[in-house]
Amino acid sequence: MLARSTSARRGGWSGFQRRYAPYIFISPFFILFLVFGLFPILFNAYLSFQQWQPGTGLGAMKFVGLRNYTDNLTDPTFWQSLKNTAVLAVLSGLPQHLIAIPVAFAVAGVLRRMQHLVTAVYFLPYITSIVAISVIFFTLFSWQYGVINAALSALHHLPLIGGLFPADRINWLGEKAYVQPAIALVVIWRYTGWNMLLYLSGLQAIPKELYEAAAVDGATGWQSFRFITLPLLRPIMFVAVTLSLIGGLQLFEEPFILTNGTGGAGQAGLTTIMYMYRTYTSYSDAGVAAAMSWLLFVVIGALTLLNNRLFGRSGLAGRD
Amino acid sequence: MTTVKATDDRPTPQPRTRSRGQVPPLPQLGAYLLIGLGAVLTVAPFYFMFVFATHTRTDIFQLPPPTWFGGNLGENYTHLMERMPFWRNLWNSLYLAVLTTAATLFFCTLAGYAFAMYTFKGREVLFGLVLATLLIPSTLNIVPFALIMQALGWIDQPRALWVPGMASAFGIFLMRQYIGSSIPRELVEAARIDGATEFGIFRRIIVPLTGPAMATLGLVTFVQSWNSFLGPLIIFRSGETYTAPLALRTLQSVANTDWGALMCGVALTVVPLLILFALASRQLIEGLTAGATKG
Repeated sequence: MLARSTSARRGGWSGFQRRYAPYIFISPFFILFLVFGLFPILFNAYLSFQQWQPGTGLGAMKFVGLRNYTDNLTDPTFWQSLKNTAVLAVLSGLPQHLIAIPVAFAVAGVLRRMQHLVTAVYFLPYITSIVAISVIFFTLFSWQYGVINAALSALHHLPLIGGLFPADRINWLGEKAYVQPAIALVVIWRYTGWNMLLYLSGLQAIPKELYEAAAVDGATGWQSFRFITLPLLRPIMFVAVTLSLIGGLQLFEEPFILTNGTGGAGQAGLTTIMYMYRTYTSYSDAGVAAAMSWLLFVVIGALTLLNNRLFGRSGLAGRD
Repeated sequence: MTTVKATDDRPTPQPRTRSRGQVPPLPQLGAYLLIGLGAVLTVAPFYFMFVFATHTRTDIFQLPPPTWFGGNLGENYTHLMERMPFWRNLWNSLYLAVLTTAATLFFCTLAGYAFAMYTFKGREVLFGLVLATLLIPSTLNIVPFALIMQALGWIDQPRALWVPGMASAFGIFLMRQYIGSSIPRELVEAARIDGATEFGIFRRIIVPLTGPAMATLGLVTFVQSWNSFLGPLIIFRSGETYTAPLALRTLQSVANTDWGALMCGVALTVVPLLILFALASRQLIEGLTAGATKG
């Protein structure tokens, strides 16, 4: 009531602009979202039930019911793209975290003044354009003359550990079995530093007193890692894994450029987003492409929920 | 092990002040090796990018591959300029990135200010909606996005990319957090009593005081726009309007790719970002990880 009387006292323009200013200030976001965010989603849903070639004009749209969906679900290439996407998401996602966590732990453990420099170096790939990265790796992956094969063969000739590395040159981007590992390698290279940084900030948020108390109680290094660090790192781990999962399922740029847009040998590098892009641009089948994006949306949604269930709040022992 | 060390060190207090310097020597060595190996693997591709930019195509593809700089940089550069209007493409990238950044800064700060400093009906719900839009996987909208831009006649126009992106949910979130935690409400109240309009308060008090957050958001937006590929791939259809990453991509698909020239072009698009990063790595890293660690 008191608030009301203040605003009533200031009548006219001053009261008006005072009351409506916040709405006006936030309106650009909502207007843009309606036009370029929500409307496309609804239009996409509508489109997924139509048969339509964009070149023929809006009048040529024809309602076909669920046929675009059944077309996709009976299309072996769609299933292959989905499988490629899933394999790539795991193959590129998991190692990022398996590398990032120990590195973050090492950085937090031994580095002091050098810490910023080192994290900046690890972060470099994340701020570099995927086109640049993919083009660079395309040459590094070259079969006969590539740096990666040269390095592997040098490592193969080392004593003791040489047996761990392949004797023959690998045809990274030309042989079906290696296309996915090659793409995954580039993705891992690009995002491990980013994950390392997330884990590092998580590690630094853990109060040092906990470690000191554990040391007083005679805990070993492994025990304090297992019973203090890991549980307290879990929330950030959840965020990082969720981000990798959602990103991995929408992989487009790396495979697109590394395979020159073709999907690579045996179409092993054809992700669902790539296939959708191809369906729209090369086959100009907007309806089928729209239905495909909704199918992928369902897959992403389902996997994100599953990840929430397995890894999210419910799995936490106690509060944070 | 740690307890033994602690009793040994008791007479000299110095080691105790180094709070986590208690890592035993062997794991310590292992940690340095791990960090070093990771750093080398991270930097190596950048190194080869610069090395290859100075070699001819035949030099690049020989055994063993070149590991030191050659003398062909000038020729590679000339070839690059013959193959495409490269400076024009770089200019397109810059134009797009600057416009996107300027528009994003203005609209996100304005909305962040509203969410942080006003109490109004529906504020929590509306802010929740802003955050919820972050969960929509944007790549799924490729088809309708392309169609809408076609309908608007915005194909080959930079505005097709900067207009939709100018009020990003992430930016609003970032600015709200910063304004809410660093600018006292009394300051705004005082200005209001002095007769300032609401937009006047924004312009004269909020904007000058949000410098650091704006720098962060600006850098993040600039980098993302400069590096973007899928959006430009859909919008730009001719060599004249291509951004630098798109133009380089077309060079790669030509048969008999001139890898030396291509690497030279790649290096020219990467170097500006490396410089930017060297100048402001702290703010960039903070900004890019803010969404994940504070959310």
